Amino acid sequence: MTTPWLDIIAESFWILLKILLIVIPLMISVAYLTFFERKVIGYMQGRIGPNRVGFHGLLQPIADALKLMFKEIITPNKSNKTLFFIAPILTIAPAFAAWAVIPFNAELVLADINAGLLYVLAMTSIAVYGVIIAGWASNSKYAFLGSLRSAAQIVSYEIAMGFTLVGVLMCANSLNLGDIVNGQQGGLLQWYIWPLFPLFIIYFISAVAETNRAPFDVAEGESEIVAGFHVEYSGMAFAVFFLAEYANMILVSMLAALMFLGGWLSPVSFIPDGILWLFLKVGFCLFFFLWFRATFPRYRYDQIMRLGWKVFIPITLIWIIFIGLMMQTPLKDMFH
Amino acid sequence: MAEIKNYTMNFGPQHPAAHGVLRLVLEMDGEVIRRADPHIGLLHRATEKLAENRTYLQSIPYMDRLDYVSMMMNEHAFIMTIEKFLNLEVPIRAQYIRVMFDEITRILNHLLWLGAHALDVGAMTVFLYAFREREDLFDCYEAVSGARMHAAYYRPGGVYRDLPDTMPRYELTKNRSKKEVEKLNANRQGSLLDFIEDFTKRFPNYVDEYETLLTDNRIWKQRTVGIGVVDPERAIALGMTGPMLRGSGVEWDLRKKQPYEVYHLLDFDIPIGKEGDCYDRYLVRIEEMRESNKIIRQCIDWLRKNPGEVITKDTKVAPPKREDMKEDMEAMIHHFKLFTEGFHLPKGEAYAAVEHPKGEFGTYIISDGANKPYRLKIRAPGFPHLAALNEMTQGHMLSDLVAIIGTQDIVFGEIDR
Repeated sequence: MTTPWLDIIAESFWILLKILLIVIPLMISVAYLTFFERKVIGYMQGRIGPNRVGFHGLLQPIADALKLMFKEIITPNKSNKTLFFIAPILTIAPAFAAWAVIPFNAELVLADINAGLLYVLAMTSIAVYGVIIAGWASNSKYAFLGSLRSAAQIVSYEIAMGFTLVGVLMCANSLNLGDIVNGQQGGLLQWYIWPLFPLFIIYFISAVAETNRAPFDVAEGESEIVAGFHVEYSGMAFAVFFLAEYANMILVSMLAALMFLGGWLSPVSFIPDGILWLFLKVGFCLFFFLWFRATFPRYRYDQIMRLGWKVFIPITLIWIIFIGLMMQTPLKDMFH
Repeated sequence: MAEIKNYTMNFGPQHPAAHGVLRLVLEMDGEVIRRADPHIGLLHRATEKLAENRTYLQSIPYMDRLDYVSMMMNEHAFIMTIEKFLNLEVPIRAQYIRVMFDEITRILNHLLWLGAHALDVGAMTVFLYAFREREDLFDCYEAVSGARMHAAYYRPGGVYRDLPDTMPRYELTKNRSKKEVEKLNANRQGSLLDFIEDFTKRFPNYVDEYETLLTDNRIWKQRTVGIGVVDPERAIALGMTGPMLRGSGVEWDLRKKQPYEVYHLLDFDIPIGKEGDCYDRYLVRIEEMRESNKIIRQCIDWLRKNPGEVITKDTKVAPPKREDMKEDMEAMIHHFKLFTEGFHLPKGEAYAAVEHPKGEFGTYIISDGANKPYRLKIRAPGFPHLAALNEMTQGHMLSDLVAIIGTQDIVFGEIDR
């Protein structure tokens, strides 16, 4: 009679272990993404970036993390204490939870569910609550303005992003991320980036907007509303927002790699597929995030809205209809 | 029924876009600004009052600290006022040196403005690029005066001393290899003039670099075109000067309209804008940097060919030569008097102004015949600009306010004085 119990416990442990196997490398990559960002932007700006802690500054992220851990978390006097602490958790939890369905290669996936894409979309949408609650709970005008801005922005770009994903699932005939990648088998030219090129561009720009990165960082708006929604946060509470932002960056880059760039598939037939390809593609996408940040001025809040609603949503709609029509023609093989 | 009210927001003084210590009380309707009320005085250091208690020579370093991004230009206005009082003859070489350093200062100022403005609008790379070039110009300041910022180099009747024949060089350190040092010192082998000439050759390419990042950038245009428009009549009525006025299309530049020093001998153009928005003012300033570069080149050519005195021989105002003091009793007395009592200005009033990077910067001195001013009044160009902030931001959004503060090129050292 005891065997089912043992099985359940063993299985729970096994799942927990798998979660840790995803989350811990993710945390480390977030830490080193910040390092990479500072280095890359540094070199773009004629500086050398951090180079004092450890060999070529390699221990810098560790030092930063330690510093943030030991700093006091200051709660503003008139803030709503409960919400104030729930907000960072609400931001980071979905950023990590979405990783459950990400396939790293054909077998390596925590939860191989069929509605994977939908789940990811749902998870990234939840993140906006963290931002809104953070702005509200801080009881500060700057934070409030920041959270209003980011709420409007994330919701708007969610729609454009959703439509680009519709294009992908029309091509792949599946919501399962593993199946989407497998649909792109057959080398570089079979990747969905080619038939869906406008959608890829829009997806990527929306992804930048979703993660509140420059040039769409109005929610933080360093020079306007100081730090936006997390202006009142310090120490680890701030670090959690920071972690979430970078985890989200990696997540959307991962999705871009999976959906448009063929995931773990090799671009040419004579080199085997593998997880390394996936990381390479993710790194490539992430590099663009940093490059944008070093290059572009910041959009104004209403200009972002205009871009989202008047440019991106119509283009995605037209392209979806176009794909639908093309699929009825003899050219449908191009769109799988 | 709830009444919908505008809310007030404190912008600054500790705000990254406040350019120092600007405090604005904003009345906002959502993101839209209804009223912007600038509060000043947080950097008040009583420069005008301090000058009343010091000899004229002792007041010169205070002038550096007024607009602390265009140091020598401030000195220049103060010194020109004194020279006006005394009808001093300034050696022509000194005039060329002053013009050259005025234009170096203009580039210094505009580079900081460009960097800060771009950073306010969100483009952070330009900021660091601009600082890269500022470093070279600070080296020029250092070579000529010993100080990188607060030079105190100009003197009534000329400049403190002639341009040096050598440039300070980098030395080997623990972190700097021989190869790096050689690379850093490559353009420091000759005199200061060689160094500046090398800079003027490189500088147009640098300006092109900034322009590739900004001028045709769609986001930059969206953020600046049509923002903070001032029409020419209003600009004059508000007392705007400098690039703020020229951006609105009014062709007014003291260097052309009331030439001082040797500006009438030099060939340069005055760029003006058309629309009077942030973008036009940006273009005007970028073009001014190129023109300044042109002026510096002309000055270098002249200075190479014409050695000579750099300060007046009138030992009532300028210190006598060291050698003279060893032999000549009178020189000794002049030296002593000059560095204890200072020189006296005749009774009267005088105003002199220079075309400062920000506009017309002038000093007005009332003298009762003593060795210090009875009253010193500084006309800071930034003050009327800041006063126009409310008018310029009305109906714009919060992000535009930041762009407008940037375009005004506000420095609190001169506004609060």
